[in-house]
Parts: sequence; structure tokens; C-alpha cells
Amino acid sequence: MMKSRMIIYIVLSVILLCSPLFLDTYWVDVLNSVGLYAILGLSLNLIVGHTGLFNLGHAAFYAVGAYTAAILNTRFHIPILWLIPVCGLSAGLFAAIIARPIIHLRGDYLCIVTIGVGEIVRIALINDIFGITGGANGIFGISRPSVFGLIIRKPEQFFYLIWFLVALTVFLFDQLEKSRFGRALNYLRDDDVAAEGSGIDTSHYKLAVFVLGAAWAGMTGNIFAAKMTIIAPESFSFWESVVMFTLIILGGSGSIPGVILGAFLLVGLPEAFRGFANARMLVFGAAMVGMMIFRNQGILPPLPRTFSISLQSDIQ
Amino acid sequence: MEEFFQQFTNGLAVGGIYALIALGYTMVYGVLKLINFAHGDLFTIGAYLGLSILSSIGLTEHVGNITGVLLLAVMVMALVGIIGVVLDRAAYRPLRESPRLSAVVSALGASIFLQNTVMLIYGARFQVYPQDILPKVAIHIFGVSVPLMRILILMTSIILMLALYFFIQKTRIGTAIRAAAIDQGAARLMGIDVDKVIMIVFLIGPSLGGAAGLMVGLYYGQINFTMGWVYGLKAFTAAILGGIGNIPGAMMGGILLGVIEAMGAAYLSIAWKDAIAFCVLILILMFRPTGLFGERVAEKI
Repeated sequence: MMKSRMIIYIVLSVILLCSPLFLDTYWVDVLNSVGLYAILGLSLNLIVGHTGLFNLGHAAFYAVGAYTAAILNTRFHIPILWLIPVCGLSAGLFAAIIARPIIHLRGDYLCIVTIGVGEIVRIALINDIFGITGGANGIFGISRPSVFGLIIRKPEQFFYLIWFLVALTVFLFDQLEKSRFGRALNYLRDDDVAAEGSGIDTSHYKLAVFVLGAAWAGMTGNIFAAKMTIIAPESFSFWESVVMFTLIILGGSGSIPGVILGAFLLVGLPEAFRGFANARMLVFGAAMVGMMIFRNQGILPPLPRTFSISLQSDIQ
Repeated sequence: MEEFFQQFTNGLAVGGIYALIALGYTMVYGVLKLINFAHGDLFTIGAYLGLSILSSIGLTEHVGNITGVLLLAVMVMALVGIIGVVLDRAAYRPLRESPRLSAVVSALGASIFLQNTVMLIYGARFQVYPQDILPKVAIHIFGVSVPLMRILILMTSIILMLALYFFIQKTRIGTAIRAAAIDQGAARLMGIDVDKVIMIVFLIGPSLGGAAGLMVGLYYGQINFTMGWVYGLKAFTAAILGGIGNIPGAMMGGILLGVIEAMGAAYLSIAWKDAIAFCVLILILMFRPTGLFGERVAEKI
């Protein structure tokens, strides 16, 4: 079972890596968006899928990262990729300040607060807060990223940058899932009180995962700014948060392959059905309802944890 | 002072509308522990149905303006209530035993579906309500002129809320609704048909939301298929503010939110109007995590 899954994933990854060779520029660009949403989805998956915190305002942290990159790049001409850690830090710090007083709230209260934070950030950006966000027009003229002297300009080049980052994220988050930290998150998702009773500092873990997810979204914001070279508040609306949230649940909450599949379905499929223009969102909404009714664990739910028992070492 | 009074009455009228929508959220949440994200779109449907009925059958020409509007309100409320029940049957009922995240996603899906249905039927542009239905007069109270419309809106929402309050507190069905909200299992054991209670909740909540939609159409004169998001979000904020699941809390939360927002827009900054509501919400939840009137629940172990 595990073996055959691995083979399928490897084959699919190889096909994906070769896809710029046979796809036209438009579709490569769609795959770039899919990649960005995959990273965003994976970062939100830590919060929603693994820890069970309702966060419907993830776009706020994405926005903080993107704007940090854009402001520092356009004002001080710092190469944009160098700013990735700064973007992560600023989004993480913002999340820590916001989440510290509210992280103990019960599920739905937390949900509306995160929606509220998302809206406040969007409105602040539109109102040109501190005079540095450029108001409703946003910021333009962000410079192209360069890797070892090669300036990344074409969608095919971005494709490899973005999907390299997806692979890196998958690797790191997979390690995180298997770690003590990941197990603690799953425990407090399944039973908050029992976890607290077994000595897990639940508020600490909730806050830590919230900040980590937000920081990751902030770093993704940097790549988004670099790819678009122009960013505006409308790219960070409530709808973006809904897309990130939904792709996790549809794909399989708590499952890395599920989230990536979700990104393909949610970002890729609507592009494929562009011909149906108006009705596609209608079908999309109905599909969300149908999916939840007939397969609510998502398309690729996480496999149960397996541990190899080595009796020898246990006895000693 | 004049300015203050104008803003205050405006806030009360808008707050009444928020409160009506918030009731739908809070009643559904009380019984099902579900955030009905599609509720804002039921509100939009109410506004559009009101416009359709007005312009297609010329209700007000046959029976006079005041009776016409009353009849219109009743028709809209009935229709939106039925749509609410159908929505529950189609999107929520199959998910009663599922994890709560699935129900939330189903609600988001239903919201997208309804919003796009409205867009496909009526188009994406703003639609305008006929302006001559209710007389555009102002009434003088303490030397300040207040538009009649504003007073009517506030009166109607208060009457509807009082009616609901007495229905919930004094009738048998109301008692059943309260019982199901406290403990569904125990309510079932006491012989309460919980499925029927849920159906009634999905009849009443959306019909109040539909009435609010009609009011917004009459008050502001123009409607759009996306307006349900903003009003829904504000009303949900109001419901949380009052302590979700708590019916008088939703009423107070709505009115409070409307007034705070009107005051904030007038004296702080109009550009930040939509952010004020959320800032207030976050501040209140920091100090009272279950809202202003929410009961303090002890964690059960």
C-alpha cells in the first residue's frame, strides 16, 4: 500500500517536472498559481488540519509577507529573495501579536476573529496605512528575483522556483508531522482537555503552530510579490482565505498529498472550465456541498500513523 | 447635537437590520452548533425576491402602498423561509453526524451556490428599488427631523424581534427550541421531535433574514448580489458579540454594532467603517471570550 502510493507520487512528480516542456505559457502560469496555493494550503493545514483551529483569515498573513517584500524591495532595493526570512518574521510576529490574546477562544469565536483580522488588514491596506501601502492601487515596480545571477522572468523559470519551494515545504512539514511537536498538535486537536491533562501546554502549542503557519504564508507572499511585480489589496480578500481553507478540507485535512491535490482541484479546475464562465462557480459551490455529503474526510485523507515496533529495544 | 442624533437613529435602524439577520445565525447555531455561512445569501435572496414581486405584479398599485408593503413583507418572509428549509434539507441535514469542519465547508459551498444563482438570474449589476413606494417624509422629534423610513425600519425590526422573543419564551414550540438548544439528546428523550425543531428554526431564521433584505432594499434603494457577504459578516459579528446561541444577545449585539458603526463612521473615519465592527469584536472577545451575554461554559471532562 505505502509502496504503491510512493511509486504513484514519484511518477506524478516526474510528469509535473517535465510539464513545462509540453504545456504553453498560460498553463505553466496556472501551475505556478497551483504551487503557490499548495504552499499556502500546507501552511494553513498545520493550523486547520493538524491542530483543528478554525482560521478563515490566512490571507492576512500572506498579505503581510507580500507587502513587507514589496515595500522593502521598492524603497531600499533589497533583492527580493533575500527578503524571504524578513517576510516570514514580519508575518509571524504579526500573527503572534494578534493570536496571543485570542488563541484560547472556542472554535467559532476564533473563526470569526480570524475573519475579522483578515478584513481589518485588507481595509488597512486599502486606506494606505502609515502611507506606505499605496492604497487601493497597491505597489508596483517590484523587481524580479534572481538566483545565482540568473534573473527569473519567464513563467517556466518561476515554475521551477515555486515547485522547488513546494518540495522543500513538503519535506519540512512531513518531518514536522512525524515529530513530537506534530503528535502533540494531533492530540490537542482530537481532545484538548486530555492533551492538557497529559502535560501538553495547549495554548503554547496552538500559538506556536499559528505563528509557524502564518510565517510560512508570509514567505509565500514574498514569492507572490516577486512573481506578480505588482500587488494590490484585492489579492488578499476573504475569498482567498476561503479558497485556502476549502482546498484543505476537499483534498483531505491533515494530509500533505491531499492538500496538494486540493490545490490542483481548486485553482486548476476552475481554469479548465473557463469556457462555462458564469455557471462554473455555481457548480463549484454545489460540488463543495456534495463532496462534504458523500466524502467528508476529503479525497485523500491522511493515512493512520504507523510505528515499527522493535521489541528488542523495548524490553531493555 | 443634530449630527449626533441623526447618526444615532441611523445606527439604530441599521442595527435593527443587523439584529434581524443575526437572529438567523444565532438560532441555527443554538440548535445545530453550525455557522450557517449561507444565511447572508438568504438575506440577498429576500431583497431580490422583494424587488421581483414589486416590479412584476405591481402589488402596491392594487392594494395601496402601506398594505402592499406589508403583504410584500409577508410573501418574502414565507418564500425565503421555504428556501431556508430546502437549504437545510439539501446541504446540512445529511451532515448532522459529520465532523463540524465538513458542515462549515458545506455551508460555504451553499453560500457560493446561492450567490451565483442570484447572479445568473438577475445579473451582476446593481438593481434599483422603486423609490415611490413609501412616502419620503421626515418626522420631527425633539426638533430634529428623522426620515420616516428610518423609524419604520426600526419599528418593524423591534416588532419582529418582540414577536420572536414571545414565541420562543411563551409557546410550546418555543420551549422545544430552547430545550433542543440546551441538549439535543435530552430533548429527544423528553419526546421533542428535534428534526421538526430544526425545520422550524430554518423556517424562522431565514424568513427574518429575508425581511431584513427587503428592508435594506427599501432603505438604501439599491441591491447587489454580493451584499449578503458584508451584511452576513456584520450580523454574524453581532451574534458573536451578544454571545452566539443567545437570542436576546443577538438582538442587543445587532443594535449595539449598528450604533457603534454609525458613530465610528461619523466621528472617527468613514474609510475605516467596516473595520470598526471587527476591532470592537476583537476587543470584547479578549475580555469576555463568550460574548457580552454568552453564558460561561465550564469545560466538561
